[in-house]
Amino acid sequence: MMTGKGILKGLGVTLKRFIDTYLDDLRWWGKRYYTPEGIAHRSSKDAKGVFTIQYPEEKLPVPEEFRYKPFLLYDEGPNGEQNIRCTSCGICAKACPPQCIWIVRGTDPQTGRPVPQPAGFWIDADICMSCGFCAEYCPFDAIKMDHNYEVASYTRNLMDINDLLKPVSYYASIRPLNYAREEEARKAKEAAKAAKSQA
Amino acid sequence: MKDEDLRDLNLPNYEIPPELTGQLAITTLDRIYNFGRRSSLWPMMFGLACCAIEMICAQAGRYDMARFGMEVMRPSPRQSDVMIVAGTVTKKMVPAIIRLYNQMPEPKYVVAMGACASGGGPFKEGYNVVAGIDKFLPVDVYIPGCPPTPQALIHGMILLQQKIDRQSIKHVRWYDGKKEDAVAVPVPYLGPDLIDPRRIPEIKAKAAELAAQEQQIAPQQA
Amino acid sequence: MTTPAPAETLDLAARFPGAVSADTRPGYTGWIVTPEKLLEFAQFVRDELGYDYLVNLCAVDYLPENRMEVVYNVFKTTGGPGLTFKTWAPRTDPIEIPSVISIWPGADFQEREAWDLYGVKFIGHPDLRRILMWEGFEGHPMRKDWQEAFYDEDVKPFKRRWPDGKHVYAEKRAVYGDNINFKPGFDPEKWTPTDPEEALYKSLKKYKSETTDGIETDHIIVNMGPQHPSTHGVFRAVVVLDGETVVSLKPVMGYLHRNHEKIGERNTWLQNMPYTDRLDYFNSMTNNWGYALAVEKLMGIPVAERAEYIRVIMAELSRIQNHLILIGMLLNDLGAYFTPALYAFEERELILDVFEAVSGSRMMCNYFRFGGVVRDIDEDSLRKIKDLVFDRLPRKIEEFDRLLTENEIIVSRLKGVAPLTAEEAIAYSMAGPMLRASGVPYDIRRADPYGIYDRFDFDVAVRYNGDMYDRYLIRVDEMHQSIRILQQAVKSIPEGPIASQKPSYTTKVPPGESYGRVEGPKGELGFYLVSTGKPNPWRYHVRTPSFVNLTALEKMCIGTKIADFVAILGAVDIVLGELDR
Repeated sequence: MMTGKGILKGLGVTLKRFIDTYLDDLRWWGKRYYTPEGIAHRSSKDAKGVFTIQYPEEKLPVPEEFRYKPFLLYDEGPNGEQNIRCTSCGICAKACPPQCIWIVRGTDPQTGRPVPQPAGFWIDADICMSCGFCAEYCPFDAIKMDHNYEVASYTRNLMDINDLLKPVSYYASIRPLNYAREEEARKAKEAAKAAKSQA
Repeated sequence: MKDEDLRDLNLPNYEIPPELTGQLAITTLDRIYNFGRRSSLWPMMFGLACCAIEMICAQAGRYDMARFGMEVMRPSPRQSDVMIVAGTVTKKMVPAIIRLYNQMPEPKYVVAMGACASGGGPFKEGYNVVAGIDKFLPVDVYIPGCPPTPQALIHGMILLQQKIDRQSIKHVRWYDGKKEDAVAVPVPYLGPDLIDPRRIPEIKAKAAELAAQEQQIAPQQA
Repeated sequence: MTTPAPAETLDLAARFPGAVSADTRPGYTGWIVTPEKLLEFAQFVRDELGYDYLVNLCAVDYLPENRMEVVYNVFKTTGGPGLTFKTWAPRTDPIEIPSVISIWPGADFQEREAWDLYGVKFIGHPDLRRILMWEGFEGHPMRKDWQEAFYDEDVKPFKRRWPDGKHVYAEKRAVYGDNINFKPGFDPEKWTPTDPEEALYKSLKKYKSETTDGIETDHIIVNMGPQHPSTHGVFRAVVVLDGETVVSLKPVMGYLHRNHEKIGERNTWLQNMPYTDRLDYFNSMTNNWGYALAVEKLMGIPVAERAEYIRVIMAELSRIQNHLILIGMLLNDLGAYFTPALYAFEERELILDVFEAVSGSRMMCNYFRFGGVVRDIDEDSLRKIKDLVFDRLPRKIEEFDRLLTENEIIVSRLKGVAPLTAEEAIAYSMAGPMLRASGVPYDIRRADPYGIYDRFDFDVAVRYNGDMYDRYLIRVDEMHQSIRILQQAVKSIPEGPIASQKPSYTTKVPPGESYGRVEGPKGELGFYLVSTGKPNPWRYHVRTPSFVNLTALEKMCIGTKIADFVAILGAVDIVLGELDR
């Protein structure tokens, strides 16, 4: 065997890749960058040539299940009030593997009895491992995982209830399929309850 | 240098004649100094844990930090500007990290990438884990996430660039000279546990207090 | 394959009267050996019963019974189920157990780990130093009565979090205001440091100066790491060099020891799942599987049919991306700089897209649950996987082959370098591709099948020279085999439920022990678990391929050039999260 054949063969691969870059740019003239089709093409099995996502000008869309940090949901009332879904049952705090969720259960100021409202809610984002257990096991769909990853800051990140609260409409916009499924389940449950009370 | 770069550099109040745009800019020393630093932030090539893999991904083809002048990962601290602390800092490792930081020439920046470097992360409770690199180094940007995705890392680096843009030579900590750890941080060492030289009096007082308490309890038990 | 008679049917107690008894605790198997007869027993097990392959050795602290146990899991390299035996000593210092290093040299690091974390003194171990913590550290942290500075409670969930969970930083509660602990009366000013490095340098083969041809020459000691561009993380090696030739070498680890096992014993069973992601952070899918397998064994629950297929698909995709990165990085280590690694990362990104879509995270998938997986693969992801396994990946692996395999520089740098014979590889408990490159066709997927691997048609990749070139080729072979498995799996994946259990954050695990092992991309990943029936594991030990495979590092490196050391380390395929845990 000729010495150097292996090296030439390898160089052929790199050369082909080099040429492919230009061919692909020509084929997708003007549409390869900054368009959703272009990004989808560069993430598909036929991707070749320049593979780069031009962040921050264009962003790689995240899948629905993507999870970054948790947030709390509230339903928007007719007069703009925030109906927090959390009942401070504590399941998320118990399930949390690094134990980064802190909840103070709310109490009625008159009777002193517990009420299904959190009086305080903290998530230490510098401990959170983004595992998603809190969202997975919450029976009230009150805590979900956010898609927003652009959260770098100049200080440490301890999130209190004000940082955590986001409207349900935001949740519906980032996870439409999950939202639809949960709403359906909720309606079915309510219908079953109504049927039972009638019977 | 691109035309846009020059236009960025130019102070807003000075009109440049049209025939000279792209060749001339009127600016302040701070601005050109910051411009130089923010456009070639060379990270130090060292990774600690999981986050390091995302850092490599950010350097690889898909996210390509070279677009920001950050592609030159230097294995030597002498040639690097920014230390991306990518991963869990352990007690065994922290003396080496501090030593590396001290060897970096200023201006130098520290980015705490991921939950572990920011505040201990999921391993915070561990007996060999330092709860955040900011216990030792002045951190410029914290990037939460476990691990932060490459895009989140790049976002953090852009935040660092913005921070640099706002700095002034007169006030940056390494030329200020007032703080003793502005340039070099005392290196901790490994004893029965990790000992931070800055905290020796505190540790000594606390240990003595505990010993006194123990002596008080012991006769009572006897 | 014919399975030899299971060891359980052998009456070892009759063979060693008074010294060996069957372990009859509920949920336990195997034999209990007295320390005095341990070596004789081990010799018998290896030579006469044929259990030549020690895969796991770990200590268990039974505090209430005042008992420190050491557990051995041994297997036959010809395949089949394994044998478990234990020995124990009272928990009062010094705890002394004879070292089995003379019988299975692969016990070296594992015994050092048990010494470091549990304070079990292995008599006869030639180099019993701390391995994960530093010399001079106070206490043996894995003991059940040892508490860390940020200690909250023995087990999770912590009561401080709910219902009266006002946020407090752990630093505020800690005695010294940080994650540190000292004995009362400790005075850092009067304290004389014991040099943590002293024992290390003593353990190296004595460095010497000699006169050759009238010129005085010196051996030199080179420290590589913990910050070094080619140590694949915070790994450190101390090398004694004669010129450029390696004379002696000691790996130093623990720079990423983040107390996985201690935290794991505080966690509930389920809470450990996301922590396993962070062991080998390239392959969270296989880590999940290993842990799920061990817990499912303890619980005695089935796995949903569709989930079994999903598990295979995810594990094999994971293997492909791991091997791609390994090859890319190996070339990096040889000095090719970044090009092959860039190509590898491109394919990896596409695989990670699939992981992200199904599990929600690129690297930390946290995808498996006991009895199944957390969520189904949607049509879109399945189509993406099909595109990858039928079209893109075979093409790209072939491209890698063209790019690298015949390259003369690579061949001359790799061929014949750092060979390891089959006997040595078995003795040092090497696992995975490292073992198979040395001519031992041992693959857990075939030798001790788990999941549904017995349904797929694939070959155990094996190469016979045991040198660096074979270690490269075996990775290419394995990728081809993984593609084969994947093609069968995506074609035959059935519809149906994806979990056999109802989703719940609590898990009931009956008392007992189990050892679950999977063939990870880097080698055998094993989980040794002890349950007392409580919501948390009593013992949670991870046997990781990166850690055990390094036992043979010195053997492989002696006599090679220092430049080759970098590549040898690269080909072992270590990852620090798993090495140091």
